[in-house]
Parts: sequence; C-alpha cells; structure tokens
Amino acid sequence: MSEIKKNTYDQHRSRRKFLKGMAAGIGLIALPGKDASASMWEEFFQKHFRELSKEELKKVLERLENEYSKQFGKQVAVKATPPIEGVRYGYALDLSRCIGCRRCVYACVKENNQSRDPQIHWIRVLQLDKEKGVDLSHAEQYYNPEKVPEKGHFYMPVQCQQCEKPPCTKVCPVQATWKENDGIVVVDYNWCIGCRYCMAACPYGARHFNWGKPGLPSAEMNPTTHYLGNRPRPKGVVEKCTFCIQRTREQPGRYPACEEICPVGARKFGNLLDPESEIRYLIENKRVFILKEELNTQPKFFYFYAT
Amino acid sequence: MKTPHIARPKMVLLYLVSLACLSASLAYAARLKEFDRSGKLIVTEKSAAEMQPTYDIKNRPKENIFAVPRPPFSEGIFPCSQCHSYIKPNPQRRVLTEYHTDIVLHHAEGQRWCTDCHNLINRDKLRLVSGELIAFDESYRLCGQCHGDKFRDWKVGVHGKRTGYWNGDKQYLLCVHCHNPHDPKFKALKPLPPPVRPGATHK
Repeated sequence: MSEIKKNTYDQHRSRRKFLKGMAAGIGLIALPGKDASASMWEEFFQKHFRELSKEELKKVLERLENEYSKQFGKQVAVKATPPIEGVRYGYALDLSRCIGCRRCVYACVKENNQSRDPQIHWIRVLQLDKEKGVDLSHAEQYYNPEKVPEKGHFYMPVQCQQCEKPPCTKVCPVQATWKENDGIVVVDYNWCIGCRYCMAACPYGARHFNWGKPGLPSAEMNPTTHYLGNRPRPKGVVEKCTFCIQRTREQPGRYPACEEICPVGARKFGNLLDPESEIRYLIENKRVFILKEELNTQPKFFYFYAT
Repeated sequence: MKTPHIARPKMVLLYLVSLACLSASLAYAARLKEFDRSGKLIVTEKSAAEMQPTYDIKNRPKENIFAVPRPPFSEGIFPCSQCHSYIKPNPQRRVLTEYHTDIVLHHAEGQRWCTDCHNLINRDKLRLVSGELIAFDESYRLCGQCHGDKFRDWKVGVHGKRTGYWNGDKQYLLCVHCHNPHDPKFKALKPLPPPVRPGATHK
C-alpha cells in the first residue's frame, strides 16, 4: 500500500518539476535578452497613468524624455500637466465661415506629431452640398479642386468631439482611455492594447490606429509634448485629438494649433464654465448644433452659423 | 342729504381697493424673476427705474480700444501725407488715372468714394460719418458703422480671428487684415492635399 503511495508521489513530483522547468524556460524566452535596457523593464512594469504616484510619474516622464531625445536626436520634453481647476474646454466651428482649405489638418499633424507615413490625420474636412445640408451620407473628404470654397458647397471639419458621455471610453477593456476633469478624452499609449473597440464605438470616426510604425521625421518632430497628448506613439495604439492638451493646459494657455492657423477665423475655443468666454457668447447668441445629437454623446464641439 | 353719507364709505372702499390693486400690480412689475443653474427661482426686488434704465447717448460707455497689429499697408504707402501734403485736395468724384490705379473698388462702389472713409485734408486719418477723425489702427470703428452685427461679434471674438492665449492676453486682427477694404470678399484659396485613400498607403 505504502509502496503504491510513494510511487504516485514521485510521479507527481517529477511532473511538477517538469512543468516548473518548462514555465521558467518559456519565461526566459519571452523576457528581453541581454541587450534589453533597464527602461524596457520599467516600461513593462509601469502602472496605469492614474495610479502613478508623483514620484513614479516623474520617473516615467524622465524615462520617456530620455527615450525620445535619443530616438529623435533632440531635447524632447514630456509633461503631464494636470487639468486646470474650473475649466471645461469647449470648441466651436463656424460653418458659415469655413472654406475647406485644410490648413487645420496639417497644422494639427505638425503640432501633434502624427505619423506622416502611414498617414494619420486627426481632422477630416467634409465637403457637403448646400442643397442637402448637413447630410453625412453625401460627404466627400477627398475633394481637391484648384480653389476652395467651391460653388454650392460648404465644409465641415470633423475631429474628436470630446463627448461629455464618450462611448469610446466605455468600451475600452483595459481603461486605457478616459475623460479628464477638464473634459478632454485622452489615451494612455502605454496602456492601450490596440483592440480598437473604441474606434468601433466612436460615432465620429475620430480615433485613429497606428497600423504601422509611425513615420515621424526627426526634423519635423515637435519636442514640446504631453504624456496624454502629442508624445510619439508606438505601433499598435489608438490616438485622437486632445484639444492640443500640451498647449491648452498651460497658464496662460495657447489656443489649439487648428484654431491658430485657421485663415478665416472659423474656429473658436474657450472655457465653457467662463460666462465671459467667446464660446459661451456664441452658444447663447448664435444658431448652434452638435453632431449626431440623437446619440446623446453630448459633444463639447459645437457647430454654429455666425450669420 | 343722507345719500352722500351712505355713498361716501362706499367710495372710500372703492378707492382703497383700486389702490391696493394698483400697488399690487406695480409690485409685481418691479419683481424680477430669474432661475439659477440648478433651476432655483430667484426673485429680486427692483424699482421700476432700475429695471428700465433710460438710454442716453451721452452716457454711452466709451468704446474699448483694442490692441491690434499694424494695419497691412502696402510698402512705402504710409504716411499718406508724404505725397498728399504736396497735392491740392480734390473732392471731385472721378476715375483715378495717375496714382492708386491698382485700387479697384468692389465695396458698394455705386454709393462710395475715397473721401467717404479717407479724410480729405488730413490723409493720414480715416473719417467717421460723424466727422470724427480716427487713426488707421482704429479702422474697425469705421467698418463697424455699417457692419454693426459683425462689429459686435468681432468685439467678443466670434467674428474674425483672435490669437494669443485662450485664458490670457488675446490679440485681435483688424478687419483689413483679412478683408481688403476696397474689395472685401474673402479670396478663394488652394486647399492643402486631401488625405490618402485607405489601401494606397502600402508600398
């Protein structure tokens, strides 16, 4: 009887040994080899952005700064400026002014370090028929005439609407995207697993996926970056408009790049909680609508007609 | 003789009732009802005079002076007096053949003529309808005489473009930075290239 027992025990032990050895072996294969730098380990074990303590965040930012500075051959700053108290950002676009010149699209690419090739644009300018009105089924984004505006058309740039009830953050299985206290919907590129559920959930097509390694020439790289905004992205993560978080969260805060470049002054930006702001004035005094209102996403991006 | 004695208290009563009604209606008119953000009713008592301040043009607040960049003069053209001080002012409406022939007026040209906006004597100044002479960097006041709605929007930053900081100093642009005052319609631009179509990215 005891003989049998001992036999089974031995068997068990040997199987356990075998499994242990195997796990260790697989682990060793999967782990970075000799040439892996310490930063790789740190990145691997980095916590979720919102769980980082002050010191940990500082370390993370330093690590990223070193990494990017090395990669792009110039001093890159990565900030993580928190939201300003009492601020909720709002954006408005005057459809009676926009001429569809796409200056905003490329100013955004330049400011926010989007990949040039493969191409990623955070702003999509739609050409619509005046006769049909805001009818997205007749929208054309590849228009390329000699001169804009074209007769009988109006133009509607679409970018992230910074919804008050964002459907994209709800579906993220790992909470890599969320809405900040100032209303900006952000992505932690270090936490994103690239499942693209958020892209499926967004009714505005405002999220973009890095299918390939982002092609960002060093000379064109904007070295003033924010952790949740325009810092260089790796392959396989989702990115989106952040109302130029690296500019607008400063005090004094610059206007977003798209608003700064607009040659017709169709773009307006400000604090929705400030009754004196231009954004509040136009919401109270002009004809305003939000895109796909029926979805109850409650965008903080308003389209209006000044005339 | 007895009748007035009976009628008198009635009259007094009527008078009192009507007075009460009047005062009640007056009190109602002077009560300002507002709702705050949470939907709470706020009633403020104000006298009738406070509720309807009389508008007096003399008491009108002074227009703000807006800091603007230098007006977009053609090179070497300003000050105008460098030439005009040697030329005898000619108020005659005519087609210019010697100088300023590049200026083609497409701005209500049927009703307008140079000296409606430019001052005849002091050419370095613009002229409002009131006769007030203003500097070129205040030209928004001149435009605002007709385009009051745009002027109103411009002042609050809705028409036109402001640069600077959303929560700090803002710089306005003059009307003439975007609109040629002699031909104000915004000119068409060449659009930047369209996005590449999906599928065309792979080499």
